[in-house]
Amino acid sequence: MCGIAGLYTKTDALRSQLGFHLAAMLGQLSDRGPDSAGVAFYRDPAPDGWCKISVHSATGDTDWSDLADALAVQFGDASLNGVRATHAVFTVAAPAEDVQDWLRAAYPQLTLMSAGQTIEIFKEAGLPTGFVRRFDLASIDGSHALGHTRMATESRVTTEHSHPFSTGLDLCLVHNGSLSNHNRLRRALRKEGIRFQTDNDSEVAAGYLTWRLAQGATLEQALDGCLEDLDGFYTFAVGTADGFAVLRDPIACKPAVMAETDEWVAMASEYRAIAVLPGAEDAVSWEPVPGHVYSWGTALVA
Amino acid sequence: MATPEVTPATALTFDLRSDTVRELNRRLHGPEATGRIRVVNPDGRHAVAVGLDADCEVEIEGHVGYYCAGMNKLATVRVRGNCGVGVAENMMSGTVVVEGSASQAAGATARGGLLVIHGDASARCGISLKGADIVVRGSVGHMSAFMAQKGALVVCGDAGEALGDSLYEARLYVRGTVAGLGADCVEKDMGAEHVEQLRVLLGAADVDADPGEFRRYGSARQLYNFKVDNVGVY
Repeated sequence: MCGIAGLYTKTDALRSQLGFHLAAMLGQLSDRGPDSAGVAFYRDPAPDGWCKISVHSATGDTDWSDLADALAVQFGDASLNGVRATHAVFTVAAPAEDVQDWLRAAYPQLTLMSAGQTIEIFKEAGLPTGFVRRFDLASIDGSHALGHTRMATESRVTTEHSHPFSTGLDLCLVHNGSLSNHNRLRRALRKEGIRFQTDNDSEVAAGYLTWRLAQGATLEQALDGCLEDLDGFYTFAVGTADGFAVLRDPIACKPAVMAETDEWVAMASEYRAIAVLPGAEDAVSWEPVPGHVYSWGTALVA
Repeated sequence: MATPEVTPATALTFDLRSDTVRELNRRLHGPEATGRIRVVNPDGRHAVAVGLDADCEVEIEGHVGYYCAGMNKLATVRVRGNCGVGVAENMMSGTVVVEGSASQAAGATARGGLLVIHGDASARCGISLKGADIVVRGSVGHMSAFMAQKGALVVCGDAGEALGDSLYEARLYVRGTVAGLGADCVEKDMGAEHVEQLRVLLGAADVDADPGEFRRYGSARQLYNFKVDNVGVY
């Protein structure tokens, strides 16, 4: 069992409260996933020619200002955008791939959580309620966000094994379920150049989407491909710079409920996580049909 | 709805933003379980009004989570909203009415009573049904009535894939289209007794539909060891 949540805002007022509301959703899903929690926020885009990188320090002794200086020396310009608990977000005046390659070589002790123009990922092992406090989620604004509470089945409980998983720029995935063909698929995707940080099954699903998108598929085509190529149970929520999408496997063992008002679109494992949103009692709510891709956002599904 | 509105001033009311579900259920299992009882602000909580064993009417104002009205006996439970997984699971008798839609496994293993869903029910509605009757005004999802043994599932809309897979002796009635029949489930003739059963069930559910527009599905009796001597027990 895990809990997943997604929230897409339609108003400026709600954008400023995105973290507050996502935190409330995660609180409701805490008992579905007490092992770890994580979030992806889409906010504050990096300027053209710059990228945004989220970094995690397991040791906690990294001097983030020093790292910002080192990035500026290496790439001409960089800034430390914020520090939350064991994570920091940087913007760097260089392509994301170059910055990631350099960080991996120069700072192998750090974990790269996300890269792109707008995405920021924070995640950590431990109770979701503690995570929400330590990372001060309530203070984060943004256009849309995904969250996850994990009850581990397929791999260890560590921060690196927590969701969301990002293997591509501005792309992330949260998963409730389990995949049974992830080892074979991971081997095949590694041969295609997809990089994995863990032995987690859900990370393979994120890598699979990255691979399909790199091959030229639209997000909808990539998600449709999951129905053919992934063996197992899943409710996925997938975040992109423009919005998010939801897919359930055709057997649909794993729950999902969606709701929409004039101010927001939300998805969650259970309705109680939606009930905490403003105006939820008047929302249109429904259960997503298995095997069907749902998406929100501008030009999300071409 | 034929049921009159509750008069808030006279009904025992539980507000689940201040009363816990445990407290609600404990009191519904005691002498207060009589007449009309209101439950407000359920906010998707699980296990609301479960295990009732008294002739009372519980009205829930809003959406509930999993297993609402599970194991219900004698009571009438009305949900003015949607239900999560497993509404009226293992119901023994009484009536459960959902004014919105129900998630998966509605009425699973229910042994008696009537479950009415005025919206849609998703996958596995009436799975392993053991004697209750279910009337869905909308449509049902895939694998509905899987291994259903006894009772009836009435679907006024459409049915998803694999309807009645591995069916025993439950009777299935569908007015709309069936995406696919499961293993050992076949269409059967509508006899006078079936039209009459359907008329009674639709009336009890307060659903206005013509029994003549439905098709009946049942077990081909090839998958399980059917003995005609036992037909009376179904």
